[in-house]
Amino acid sequence: MSTQPSSNEPVLAVRRTADNEMGNILNLHPRRILVLGATSGIAESCIRLWAERGENLYLVARNADKLAAVAADARTRGANYVDFAVADLDKTASHPELLAHAINSLAGLDIAYLALGVLGEQPKAERTFDEAGQILHTNYVAPISLLTWLANYCAQRHSGTLAVLSSVAGDRGRKSNYVYGSSKAGLSAFLAGLRNRIDREGVTVMTIKPGPVKTAMTHGMKGSEKFADVDKVAATIVKAIDNKQDVVYVPGIWRIIMGVIKVIPERTFKKLNL
Amino acid sequence: MATPTTTEEATKSGPAPFESWGRYPAYNATVLPMHWQGDYPGMLDGIHGGALAVGMGRSYGDVCLLKDGTLLQTTSMNRLLAFDPNSGVLTAEAGITLAQILDFAVPRGFFLPVSPGTKYVTLGGAIANDIHGKNHEAAGSFGNHVPQFELVRSNGNRMLCSSRENPDYYAATIGGMGLTGVITWAQLRLKPIVSRKIDYEGIQFHGIDEFLAIKKQYSHVEYTVAWVDCLSTGKNFARGIFMLGDHSKEPGELKISPKPKLVFPIEAPGFMLNKFSIAAFNTVFFHKQMKAHVKTVQDYEPFFYPLDAVQKWNRMYGKNGLVQFQFAIPWEHAKEGTIAILSEIAKSGLASFLAVLKTFGDVPSFGLMSFPLSGFMFALDFPIKEGVTFPLMQRLGDMTREFGGRLYSAKDACMTSDQFKAFYPQWERFARYKDPAITSSFWERVMGQEGDR
Repeated sequence: MSTQPSSNEPVLAVRRTADNEMGNILNLHPRRILVLGATSGIAESCIRLWAERGENLYLVARNADKLAAVAADARTRGANYVDFAVADLDKTASHPELLAHAINSLAGLDIAYLALGVLGEQPKAERTFDEAGQILHTNYVAPISLLTWLANYCAQRHSGTLAVLSSVAGDRGRKSNYVYGSSKAGLSAFLAGLRNRIDREGVTVMTIKPGPVKTAMTHGMKGSEKFADVDKVAATIVKAIDNKQDVVYVPGIWRIIMGVIKVIPERTFKKLNL
Repeated sequence: MATPTTTEEATKSGPAPFESWGRYPAYNATVLPMHWQGDYPGMLDGIHGGALAVGMGRSYGDVCLLKDGTLLQTTSMNRLLAFDPNSGVLTAEAGITLAQILDFAVPRGFFLPVSPGTKYVTLGGAIANDIHGKNHEAAGSFGNHVPQFELVRSNGNRMLCSSRENPDYYAATIGGMGLTGVITWAQLRLKPIVSRKIDYEGIQFHGIDEFLAIKKQYSHVEYTVAWVDCLSTGKNFARGIFMLGDHSKEPGELKISPKPKLVFPIEAPGFMLNKFSIAAFNTVFFHKQMKAHVKTVQDYEPFFYPLDAVQKWNRMYGKNGLVQFQFAIPWEHAKEGTIAILSEIAKSGLASFLAVLKTFGDVPSFGLMSFPLSGFMFALDFPIKEGVTFPLMQRLGDMTREFGGRLYSAKDACMTSDQFKAFYPQWERFARYKDPAITSSFWERVMGQEGDR
């Protein structure tokens, strides 16, 4: 392939891709990555890593100013191609047109990365269904609308990776955030089933379960200064996507923590303050 | 796509102690992270007690502090916005650090036009304090390489500032200690390099005259700085090592720097830094360079940022912290002033662990309140000892004033209102450009009672 590396970064991209694929010359091309929810803290950190590798990116988020800044950053860092669309992904009716447009812009799709989500306000969600319904819609209904379209697109082509941000909060409902947790539990269950259906078609479905991460979403939460560093979390996620892992806990310690939390008998668990 | 709701954020994180690099003073403040260029001034809704944008908190005294106020921390607003490899002009959000800029620029064959002693400062902070480096004679201060930036005021005005557009706000903001508003993004003119390496020379000297002689002999070298042993008297008075460097002209590998691994592990007990331990260190440091003159090639990291190798090195001074005394004295009185001040320090019995001597050239700064003036620049760190340190600072400040010099606000925790107004007689003109919603503990202090909020 004849590229003109402007720095040593593209070389890295070539090597990484060759490691993970079969060394086919076509795989030396930049990957086509669609990021949904591109202004979320974890997504933005991943975008920076992909941009530094010279990948092709299509970014979607709701706020035009924020999205323009993230796109400019990706372009400046060395992304091979950056395009973006401003869209409210809560509006599921617009999904097919949006996704088709994104894939046309990228001229195909290698990775779809779904990072949309809200933490919401648990106390408010306990009082009013409106808040609970909003959390469920953004975190569960909207991703499933996107995934239904994307899964069929990828399955027909027998290729692609669908990497989706869920959460450790979905592993067991706790009183402090069970509405958010249940939206992520539903999402994780959906992804497990989808993987069971289309992994055999050559499509990777990846469930990403971050523990608490230091981002705009978690600022001001109790103990947030001890939360995981977003750049380290992003590096783990990007590597896991390279390796086509099924379920990833980040940081890895959360696989053990949630393993313990899941086996606490309900009789005891219901009395805990978690 | 939905970003998280922010209604809870402001209420959940209460005031907590916030320290500058000197760890003195430490004041409680509520820290609100600024993630996006559009966050200010909307993020001021519901707060009272004033606000101040802050980056890495690497200034030493209280220019980056606001007692019982709100600090708008810009470090997650750190995106790269554009880069033109032909002109070397980088556009980036103000919370990006110089370390992050170097990680981007060095592999592309570019370097900072002016490097301070640590790379862990933000672009916005570098402009607000109009920082300087070891190449002041050739390059002037940091603001000289910032063709334009955006300044946002608390009334919502977004102003493009350059020497042509809003030139008065441009000048007031460079070196304006963050008081004129919030810088959201800025342009920085980088300079081309062909290697990470620095052609280094280290030369021992004894006394100010030898320092000046070396300085003259090596006037063609871009970067110069001297470490001075302030404790030795008699024939070793003001002995030191003159350090010179130029970017290597030999093309070399341009990789990014490894992350530092060492962290100063504990708060050292107060007695650890005393006259004797520092005298021992100084003797070892002076003779570490065994020969009177060494010539070598070294990486830019140890040359520009030797102390960055140990993160949190300020813990060495214990929990009391340190104060820095950094002055500039014009050539006319540079030598006598420096000798008088060093003698006064020696008399006090206080020892400075770090003493750095540089010369400032006559490239004029763009900033209204910029620190550099053509002459000597001396920086000294002192541990805080009750009843000793602060009276000494007072005397040294007055001496600096007598010799026609001034102190550096970014490093100051001690100057009085009278001293400040004498060092910076243009302060009244500057005050007209201050954003009414913004203030700092430094400003409140040096304005004295009539300080305006």
